[in-house]
Amino acid sequence: MEPLLFGRLEPYLVISLCLFALGLYGLISRPGLISMLISVELILNAAGLNFVAFNTFLAPDKTVGQTFTLFIMGLAAAEAAICLSIAVVVYRRFRTILADDIAELKD
Amino acid sequence: MNFTFDPALSPYIYFADLAFVGFAAVALFGGVVAVGARRLIHAVLGLVTSLVGVAGLYVYLGTHFIAAMQILIYVGAVSISITFAVMLARPPSEAEKDPRLAPGKLVAGATVALFSAAVLGAVVLGYPWEAEPTRVEGTIFQVGEGLLTRYAFVFELISLVLLVAIVGSVVLARRGRGRHPTGGE
Repeated sequence: MEPLLFGRLEPYLVISLCLFALGLYGLISRPGLISMLISVELILNAAGLNFVAFNTFLAPDKTVGQTFTLFIMGLAAAEAAICLSIAVVVYRRFRTILADDIAELKD
Repeated sequence: MNFTFDPALSPYIYFADLAFVGFAAVALFGGVVAVGARRLIHAVLGLVTSLVGVAGLYVYLGTHFIAAMQILIYVGAVSISITFAVMLARPPSEAEKDPRLAPGKLVAGATVALFSAAVLGAVVLGYPWEAEPTRVEGTIFQVGEGLLTRYAFVFELISLVLLVAIVGSVVLARRGRGRHPTGGE
């Protein structure tokens, strides 16, 4: 017998599509820098899930997707560190982390 | 790769299907909370929930190492540093306030997200995916071997990027302190 859901590619793709759409919505609509970073993490996570799903079901070489997902995780960690320190600096300078209020390049 | 099981195992397969739905629901619910929560710390908790759900899906895909790394890197490191930044960059009085979503932004975000979801969904469900015959099994041994041979350059590049990110964030966080009137250097 075959399983109904987890033995096919499409359910994983639909889940990662939903995560991507949620992240895109949050990235555009949320006002704060840290909320936008959280949305970016959701998008990256959806991309990683997509890579591993294609890797498991379709790819002939089943190490490629896993390797790429590991690289995505490393880059996401670096990106989060940089973004968060920028958010802290921006908060110290402007006393706000709402992206719309930070409109000056020079003080 | 196809998942075919002995019919004698069918109760377990149904249970596994049910748990799959559970993990997917956890991932999506966490994503909704991460995007829609009013307080920032709730959004971080939603992100953690979503990441744990996706880690469960990685286990279903047979990549246990990726699932462990997901828990270790995302839930253990990235979420904790986001929590630190929330505590550093936001006093409690401001965290209580509603971020006040502008209606124009809401409409724009929903439009873009729904449009891209519709386009990508049509591709995902409409395309006849065909599997190639497996040439390399994705065991953890082979992944490690690939990281140190075929992808060695990328591997080193990622470590360089991480080093630059660490040094850069330390420099950035130190420089901001000097300009502030109350914080001395």
